[in-house]
Amino acid sequence: MTAPEARENHPLPRFRVGDRVQIDARDEAQHHRVPAYAKGQIGTIAKVCGEHEEPERIAFGTQHALRRLYRVRLHQTDLWPGYDGLSADTLDIDIFDHWLRPA
Amino acid sequence: MSADSADRIGPHDLGGLAAGPVERAEHDPAYWESQVDAMVMLMRDKGVMIDPAQLRRGIESLGPDVYEKLSYYERWAASAALNAIEQGLVTQVELDARIEAMRRARDDGA
Amino acid sequence: MSHDHPHRHPPQVDHPEPTSHYEWLGVALNDLLIETGLYTADELREKITEVEAVEPSTHGARVVARAWVDEDYRARLLTDANTAVEELGSDSAATDLTVLENTPRIHNVVVCTLCSCYPRTLLGRPPTWYKSGAYRSRLVREPRTVLSEFGTMLPDDVQVRVHDSTAELRYLVLPLRPYGTDGWTEERLAELVTRDSMIGVTTASTP
Repeated sequence: MTAPEARENHPLPRFRVGDRVQIDARDEAQHHRVPAYAKGQIGTIAKVCGEHEEPERIAFGTQHALRRLYRVRLHQTDLWPGYDGLSADTLDIDIFDHWLRPA
Repeated sequence: MSADSADRIGPHDLGGLAAGPVERAEHDPAYWESQVDAMVMLMRDKGVMIDPAQLRRGIESLGPDVYEKLSYYERWAASAALNAIEQGLVTQVELDARIEAMRRARDDGA
Repeated sequence: MSHDHPHRHPPQVDHPEPTSHYEWLGVALNDLLIETGLYTADELREKITEVEAVEPSTHGARVVARAWVDEDYRARLLTDANTAVEELGSDSAATDLTVLENTPRIHNVVVCTLCSCYPRTLLGRPPTWYKSGAYRSRLVREPRTVLSEFGTMLPDDVQVRVHDSTAELRYLVLPLRPYGTDGWTEERLAELVTRDSMIGVTTASTP
């Protein structure tokens, strides 16, 4: 079957490198790719990536929706109490536009 | 997990959990594992599972007990079967019958 | 010497048979999909051969060695890895690749906490430990400890940057070129580039 590539968002990325963003903490029953440790976290945009299929929609192979992907940089000391590395240590995670809001 | 983290999104959501040492011993895949690996890729190539999300969703739907008991490629097999059934390529009855037949053939020394 | 009367032939050592229900499910599904014509037995064999033809030493390591000797290639690799790896014969169609450059101040290491996403077109199949619960759980939280378990001790002024591959981007680490390799050929350099250094749990081997 064919499905249109639905362009759900603005054609231009909402965020730029360096923007502070918060990852949504909402409950989501469907297949999605935001680990619990990342939900609710605040970080910065490290890279504006391409557009990819939204996992929630494509999980059954039938619904297509291209979404902008971002690499979000988090600080390890924000994520883990008692983190035992450098305060400069980071964790980059790839998060879709629809899970991000300005912080 | 961090102190105020959200709930795990499923049995596969492991980031930040406590765990033992990383077992580094490696082994070659069993032949059936190579078959399952290739089968999943062909299911992708032939348009049955066009996106990795479909395989992942199938794995995540196994539930925590099953997820934790199965090996990596057993999970792939379970999810591939789920997807194949959902798409009407095979039925559960056909699969069960084929498993039975193949086991019998092995036992008969065929 | 007495002889047993086996009910079945012994399993082939090189083709161990399925034992569990789910293992049987996998081979049964494959059998049925061939029967229904989704693909042929030949296509399956070819796919296995194709998968097993990709080794870190012939694919990923060559990309790294080229980047070590050729500054222009390195720049292209860091800007557009998909095109750059194609130049050296690797397939980029299936993945969206990003190469992460280690520097004297930054050490990158990759994990997929949610499943096992891995740059297979450069490194082949992932090792079991990469897919393990322990690695997926602990690397994000205590990367330096996990690295030390792999024998990697980073200096105090080196920042660790963990990458969790949560989407369809795949990551390959470009390790630091070891000292004492001036004037080495690409081929010789490639031998120092281990799979583990391209995941980021180790540095490249030293001469």
